[in-house]
Amino acid sequence: MTNTFYKKNQSELLLEMKDIQIDGFADNRWHKIIKGMNLKLNKGEVLGLIGESGAGKSTMGKAAMGYTQPGCKLVGGSISFDGIDLINISDQEKRNIWSTKIAYVAQSAAASFNPAHKLIFQTIEAAKKSKINNEKFLIKDAIQLYKNLQLPDSETIGYRYPHQVSGGQLQRIMTAMAISPRPELIIFDEPTTALDVTTQVEVLAAIRDIVDEFNTAAIYITHDLAVVAQMADRIKVLQYGEEVEEAETRNMLSNPKEKYTKSLWSVRSLTKPEEKSLDTILSLENVNASYGKSKVLFNVSVKIPKGKTVAIVGESGSGKTTLAKVITGLLPQTDGNINYNGKTLPSRLEKRNKEQLRKIQMIFQMPDTAINPRQTVEEIIGRPIEFYHGLKKDERKSRVIELLKMIELDENYLYRFPLELSGGQKQRVCIARALAANPELIICDEVTSALDQIVQEEILKLLQKLQKELGVTYIFITHDIATVKAISDEIVVMYKGKVVEQGMKSEILNPPFPEYTNLLLSSVPEMDPNWLTDLLNKRNNLKYKKEINQ
Amino acid sequence: MVYLPLILKRIFSALITLLIVSALIYGFLEMLPGDVATRMLGRTATPETLANLREQLGLNEPALKRYFLWLFNIFQGDFGTALTSKRPITEILAPKIFNTLILSGCAFILYLPLSFITALLQAYYKNKNIDISLSIITLIILSLPDFIIGTIMIIVFVVVFPIFPAISLVGEYSDFSEWFMALVMPSITLALVMSVYAVRMLRDNLIEVLDSEYIFMAKLKGLSKSTVLIKHALPNAIIPTLNITALNLGFLIGGVVIVEKIFTFPGFGNLLIDSIKFRDLPLVEATILIAASFYIFANLLTDILSIIFNPKLRKQ
Repeated sequence: MTNTFYKKNQSELLLEMKDIQIDGFADNRWHKIIKGMNLKLNKGEVLGLIGESGAGKSTMGKAAMGYTQPGCKLVGGSISFDGIDLINISDQEKRNIWSTKIAYVAQSAAASFNPAHKLIFQTIEAAKKSKINNEKFLIKDAIQLYKNLQLPDSETIGYRYPHQVSGGQLQRIMTAMAISPRPELIIFDEPTTALDVTTQVEVLAAIRDIVDEFNTAAIYITHDLAVVAQMADRIKVLQYGEEVEEAETRNMLSNPKEKYTKSLWSVRSLTKPEEKSLDTILSLENVNASYGKSKVLFNVSVKIPKGKTVAIVGESGSGKTTLAKVITGLLPQTDGNINYNGKTLPSRLEKRNKEQLRKIQMIFQMPDTAINPRQTVEEIIGRPIEFYHGLKKDERKSRVIELLKMIELDENYLYRFPLELSGGQKQRVCIARALAANPELIICDEVTSALDQIVQEEILKLLQKLQKELGVTYIFITHDIATVKAISDEIVVMYKGKVVEQGMKSEILNPPFPEYTNLLLSSVPEMDPNWLTDLLNKRNNLKYKKEINQ
Repeated sequence: MVYLPLILKRIFSALITLLIVSALIYGFLEMLPGDVATRMLGRTATPETLANLREQLGLNEPALKRYFLWLFNIFQGDFGTALTSKRPITEILAPKIFNTLILSGCAFILYLPLSFITALLQAYYKNKNIDISLSIITLIILSLPDFIIGTIMIIVFVVVFPIFPAISLVGEYSDFSEWFMALVMPSITLALVMSVYAVRMLRDNLIEVLDSEYIFMAKLKGLSKSTVLIKHALPNAIIPTLNITALNLGFLIGGVVIVEKIFTFPGFGNLLIDSIKFRDLPLVEATILIAASFYIFANLLTDILSIIFNPKLRKQ
């Protein structure tokens, strides 16, 4: 896609959206979500839509199909697809276009497949409806698509149910499902956001190849700049339902014009000089843990330096969160020792005393589910103050205000409910709640993964400021290498429940790499539009060399 | 058939449950004051005749031994002899069970489309007039006990518009039209009472499922509204409804007792009431045991169906 020179037929207009206005209903009134946006797409072209959540990119993507979700309405503008007016046709005609000419790929593949039906029948369902080809042919074709998308057991994988295959495989099967009727346009709505970096590379490559192969036009929606740089011919930046700017991918990357675009670009450059600490606050020695019969941690030994930040990285299923559960006592280890300041920490939560509990606090990934929606900010932060320090009423309140100041919120937030806070503010409240105990060690479990990039940067900066002021130690669990670069002093790499390596940031992030660390680091998308192509070439060469050596 | 072991496990546990239930029935009835002999001969019996009868009936044997003997005979299809009519219980039970099965079968055949079509209509026209009026109707039926519904039917279709007979007497020599006339009112009553719960459950489940992402995906694939509803929503909404259906099948056993009484239908329910009224202990034991097995079997059936409908359960 980025190698646009061999694309055929890119000059013919496929989709034109003019002055699109969409309103959404919330808090008992209509809000403007899309405020008069234009969009043009030629045949075989890939357009990237980028912006933070709430920018309207997904709404715009769905509008390109002539679809507005419940609670939204199209109030103005026109959509012309291949000469068809998508607004003023009947539902029946619209459904016919969806099953033949426009396909949609959603963010969460696991939720988007019907759990009651086998994958292959869902794959060919749209194409089967149009009755151009018979079922036998379509099944054969789907299997070929699975093969092209490099799915393992491509002959039989379709006969499994959605819960029997992994997330990355489901995402590729969903791409096959979109391609199956050979549409002219596919809307990719954050298709790799829910995936690990290592899986993401494979899915991105698969999507790119198949879109190239069938010369399908696509709208690629994402909040990740580096990803869109690999996929799109052109990029459109959105903010608050309006277009910020649009340009050809290389131009946009090398020369963004608007201030907002530049701020998006700068987030990834956040770094921190590493510092060494000789004191160890927490150490794990040969810790093993399991869920029932399945073992998840194997002889894990880790040292956490006092007052510093250790990032634990690895893909999902590598045991990062389990490690946090063992440290906090939520999941007692089967054997091995946890030493805190030189003393053994009881493995079971119930056996730990109040002081031991106070010293280790945790912040979670989803601030939405980690705080009680029926409590005010004062109650949420006040509860640990009362529990650990026995402060009541006015004393408690003034301490809450103090903590609010630390997280850069003012007194006005005392009586607000979580519903009245933004995602970033909620996460700040969670940080304040952890700080309320006066902890020495805070475990941050993917605390920024659910947030937009600009908000991520703010939260990371806040955490760094707090560390400087209070001297707390962080264990920072993440799968995002940019976050690791931004915040850590030391890094622990985990893979399949084992520690691959531990060391200072400069040691881990620079060669020589153990094999897995190399795979992980090289999979992190970079802003260079050639990155994916180069990476795949490099990996293929390696594979080729290995095969020759054998 | 990856789920065969799971199904076999369920069948095994159903058999164990049945065994425990049989012990409980026998135990409780054994605990009642007086024994079969005193009940048979009444108050005027002399101690000698009582002792003779006890010897004759084997009542002097220990209770545990008699229980196992009873159980052993049942396995061979012999429920013993009724006290009142002195006829073999199997002979008394068989035609009554046959009648009741016909009635329950008819009720169940009506129940399925009644619940499914109503719920699907309501989900399809969510919050429209059809949905709202059907909701009101189900709510009204839900709040009426079955004997009231039965009585209303008798008033309407027997007294005001004399279409159906007030007494649903059928037997070996009845022909098809007699059967038909006898079955209409009781089976409709039963089906109505059962389906209201299922309708409410299925409607809500369907609407919840229709809100999920895979339904959104199915819509964006351009599938028609009815395909989305029947092929994508129904299989996922049906499992909780199956559990209600199990309860309903169990209810059938309780329900037929009342409904058969109202319409004087010569079935199992009426037999149960009569056997209790006449203190015919062996007959009571037999009828309750059969009622319990029917209940357990109904639960087993829905368990198996929910395994088949839920692909996630099959692998466990």
